[in-house]
Amino acid sequence: MAKETVLEMQHIMKIYSNGVVANEDVSLDLKKGEIHALLGENGAGKSTLMKVLFGIETPDHGKILLNGTETTIKSPQDAISKGIGMVHQHFMLLPSLSVAENIILGVEPRKKRFFIDMKQAIRSAKEIAEKYNFDIDVSARVEEIPVGIKQKVEILKALYRGADILILDEPTAVLTPQETEELFVQLEKLRDDGRTVIFISHKLDEIKRICDRATIMRSGKSMGTYNVNEISTSDMSKLMVGREVVLEFEKQPAKVKDVMLSVRHLDAFNTQGVQKVRDLSFDLHGGEILGIAGVEGNGQSELIDAITGLSKKYTGKIEIKGEDIKQDSIRDIRKKRLAHIPEDRMTTGCAAHLNIQENMFANQYTNPKYSGKVMLKSKVIQMRSDELIKEYLIKCKSQKQEVGMLSGGNIQKVIVAREFSTAPDIIIANQPTRGIDVGASEFIRKKLLEFRDAGCAVILVSADLNEVFSLSDRLAVMYKGNFSGVFTDVKSVTEEQLGQYMLGLKNDSENGGVSHE
Amino acid sequence: MLKNILSPDFINAILRASTPILFATLASAIASKSGITNMALEGMLLFSALFGVIFSSLTHSFLGGLLITMVIGGLIGFALAFFILQLKTDEILAAIALNLIATGGTVLLLLAFSGDRGASTSISSVSAPTIAIPGIAQIPFLGKVLSGQNLMTWLSLIAVIVVHIFLYKTPMGLKIRAVGENKNAAESVGISSKKIQYIALVLSGVLCSMGGYFLSGGYMNMFTKDMSAGKGFIALAASSMGADTPIGGFLVTMLFGIAQALGNLMQLTTIPTELIQMVPYLTTLIGLAIYSYAMMKRKNKLGSHT
Amino acid sequence: MSNSVKRFEAFRMFFAIVIALLISFVIIFLVSKEPLTAIYTLITGPFKSRRNFANVIEAMIPLMFTGIGVCIMFSANQINLAGEGAFHLGGLVAAVVALQLGLPAGVSPVVAILFSGLVGAVFTAIPAVLKIKTNSSILVSSLMLNYIALWFATFILMHFICDPGIGSASYTIPDASTLPTLIAKTRIHPGLILALACAVLGYVFLFKSKIGYELRLTGQNEEFAKYSGINIVKVVLISQLLGGFIAGMGGGVELLSPIYTRFSWTSLLGYGWDAIIICTLSKNNPLYTPLAALFLAYLRTGASIMARYTDVTLEIVQITQGIIILLVVAEQFLSKYKHKMIAKEAMASLKEEEVH
Repeated sequence: MAKETVLEMQHIMKIYSNGVVANEDVSLDLKKGEIHALLGENGAGKSTLMKVLFGIETPDHGKILLNGTETTIKSPQDAISKGIGMVHQHFMLLPSLSVAENIILGVEPRKKRFFIDMKQAIRSAKEIAEKYNFDIDVSARVEEIPVGIKQKVEILKALYRGADILILDEPTAVLTPQETEELFVQLEKLRDDGRTVIFISHKLDEIKRICDRATIMRSGKSMGTYNVNEISTSDMSKLMVGREVVLEFEKQPAKVKDVMLSVRHLDAFNTQGVQKVRDLSFDLHGGEILGIAGVEGNGQSELIDAITGLSKKYTGKIEIKGEDIKQDSIRDIRKKRLAHIPEDRMTTGCAAHLNIQENMFANQYTNPKYSGKVMLKSKVIQMRSDELIKEYLIKCKSQKQEVGMLSGGNIQKVIVAREFSTAPDIIIANQPTRGIDVGASEFIRKKLLEFRDAGCAVILVSADLNEVFSLSDRLAVMYKGNFSGVFTDVKSVTEEQLGQYMLGLKNDSENGGVSHE
Repeated sequence: MLKNILSPDFINAILRASTPILFATLASAIASKSGITNMALEGMLLFSALFGVIFSSLTHSFLGGLLITMVIGGLIGFALAFFILQLKTDEILAAIALNLIATGGTVLLLLAFSGDRGASTSISSVSAPTIAIPGIAQIPFLGKVLSGQNLMTWLSLIAVIVVHIFLYKTPMGLKIRAVGENKNAAESVGISSKKIQYIALVLSGVLCSMGGYFLSGGYMNMFTKDMSAGKGFIALAASSMGADTPIGGFLVTMLFGIAQALGNLMQLTTIPTELIQMVPYLTTLIGLAIYSYAMMKRKNKLGSHT
Repeated sequence: MSNSVKRFEAFRMFFAIVIALLISFVIIFLVSKEPLTAIYTLITGPFKSRRNFANVIEAMIPLMFTGIGVCIMFSANQINLAGEGAFHLGGLVAAVVALQLGLPAGVSPVVAILFSGLVGAVFTAIPAVLKIKTNSSILVSSLMLNYIALWFATFILMHFICDPGIGSASYTIPDASTLPTLIAKTRIHPGLILALACAVLGYVFLFKSKIGYELRLTGQNEEFAKYSGINIVKVVLISQLLGGFIAGMGGGVELLSPIYTRFSWTSLLGYGWDAIIICTLSKNNPLYTPLAALFLAYLRTGASIMARYTDVTLEIVQITQGIIILLVVAEQFLSKYKHKMIAKEAMASLKEEEVH
């Protein structure tokens, strides 16, 4: 069954302006009429590769061949005209417009040149929907239809524009099991029709179900392309989840103290009201680092939001030092000596146009050391800022420099300095070294260990497995809103095992046997 | 008093008062639909009121005056778009700047053109004509309303329909609504949001200028300084309350027109005139609060599924 | 901000002002039969006589009050334009207190100005409260409120404190309530000192006090403020109340100054809009408002002198003001150079990092 090659990406190299090598010599070939999986963790480089294919990014090196001819894809518009369609993970739909209007946007059928031929639009939309067995009311407004249908609209959009190659970015992330089945039926139809689908995912069971071949990516490189029916899920997970560098840390054994944070039967919901954390229970002790690994989107953000007070959309009990925090404001929780390094430093962690000094005291200016009843104690604050800048090796011109002007690593150090300088009892570190240079990362990790040695309770949520392995005293894997596994002997955990828990191949919580003290 | 309300004169008063605001409301709606708040309607009204007078007297025709004013209105919209989209000026501040330039500029221009200080008394401008429909004029009640309305009033009502069709039935209208709703989504299908917003602001300027033309050429018959008196801001509010749709804006504007006409009627009563003058603004404020509250409740309902 | 960026911003503002002035001069050339005289009068008029220069100082005072008020409100990132109405009501309240309460000298103006501030504060807080409770646009509701304030004030004027001899103005403000002249043969009054004090206090409040800090944090990045534990609602309300208080005081002070003998304001004076220019020029820092106010007052006074002696009317200044706003706020104005500078600095600091 020799299928012709419809797309070839050869030796693609992409380095971002901050020095991160997102794609290193990645090659991919697509055959006509296949569903091709693109596997990899967050940060492995799959999104970048697809951005290159869809014209959002230009590669620094490498060639793209469409149907044998070399082409450059200059923009999404260009990609669309060449028959490449992308269904984004975050929908690009207009809620107040109808399904039909969304589908035809930009390529509206005309009536007498000036008017949209709505009848024709609806007809074309219906045609395409029926052709691929999508049961959609094309006149309904997008804001009124369920998520699963919204995704179908996105797919229809691409098909309407004549996409022969469809890129689906984590398509089942937002679907119910039934909707997922429906989607698969449609994808198979598309394949039988001669279209090619790139299926970006890390859900191994689904890939096994409908994909023909899979290309696995890790740390910006391709680990090879395999026929799906010739490779086991555990092999796939091994290839996905691997360690390149072993970070050695001089780590004292943990001196575990009292319970600082206690979570019982937590059900947490995101801003759209979708449940993301399911019946989660665990304790956090002083003197330990609890690492939480897991593919993004399995409830980590919602868990952290609930613990830090950023969201009250949860049921269940969260206690800090024995006190329930449901009614506490964020300030109350911080007063309980909880420090939080947020996931997104620019939107939540700092005010880019204020200076370093102003950013450093946002969490402690009410401390009588730094302010009286009304006024701030400028001299004290100034002196302390200097101290912190020295202690945390923050490279800047002066403490009056605008925070947004610093490098990512230094901005993170400002945030860490701010949070750690309150001598917290609990530290919630969410992706603390994401996107920053090696030096700053090392520094921050050492600091985390320091605090842990001094008796602080630390939660470390990180997509960097090296980090999570090296630092954690206990390692939990978050999967579908609960801990699929909790390991107390972190050194003995293999990548393979970790991968299996991260991807749901193994799940202790289902057997009711997740260990928590 | 009741007899006064139910008279055709009352409805005429409503329509006359509403006309300039209606144009401005439509102008605000188009701009808002594309994602930009056009707070410069005040200045646009002032400029077009002045230019209407000047050019209608220069061309000795209302049509000449109107057309040139509309072109200038479009240019002002373009200039506003340039500052907001190209030079990245904050849209509110750019609008405030434009309003200021208009307040001063119109008086200065008037001075330069005719030597008048503050009121265009020496310019013989040509106002837009009223349309008498002989046959219909005989119909009791309706006849007095339908016949004798100013052309601009008719145009404003037609404009509501035209703008509605434009926004909802033409490709450009669809693109404008798309850009205003979700710029990223629009750009992901290859639409240049900048280009679309430029177009929207130019159209906004053209529509608003028609309202300004009527201010000095129909509602009154000359230009006086600061004659827009907050109508641009009322239009902004009206458009908001009408969910930035032409038909919604039309209904809300009519409401204000009624409030204003009622206010004028009440001048004949013992209620102090100042309190009556407050009525349109007060109505807007309360209406806006009620509308926003309702929208807030609806959004909360749609958002939570827990 | 690093020093070179600060210098650049200052230079850019200066450049913007120069361009605005040049454009205004061109307009004068187009409009006037004696442009050179007009421009000359505009620029040198304020210095020609003691009285002229005093006019500049007098004009500066209300600009400072509303400017400081707006600085505080805008620092919390609330585009509340009710300062205009607050000022107007402040004037009304001062007149009413002066006329109706008959308090002795020394006490009367103080009480009057205090009440002006209070009314201004409450008035300005209304759009903020509406936003919190009903999510209605602060911008639109503040715009409407200004007109409501105007008509309410006119109502009170016409029906309660009107002098039947004059018709559209109130009775004369009693001497006990009028602010005295500080410098002989001028109308400069203690309001100047109060305004300068507010500038300093405003600066101290915003940059040295706890609440000012919370305010600026909220204005810069509301999410960050929330994450840090700041009560956003409290901060926003305080900023509007305080800003409105100062604007209201400004109105009271202006009315009780030697400049006005009666409450005769039958239209909005426009200080609210001027405040926005002051605020833009002072970069939201109350300490710079006196400078910005001085500059604007100088332009205004020069223009009114020019209007008296030549054929150019003073509206030209509004055009100048408008152009200044456009150019100063346009981020892309000269932005290419700003980016070059920032890039150079970033490269330099990266190189330093590499060395370490």
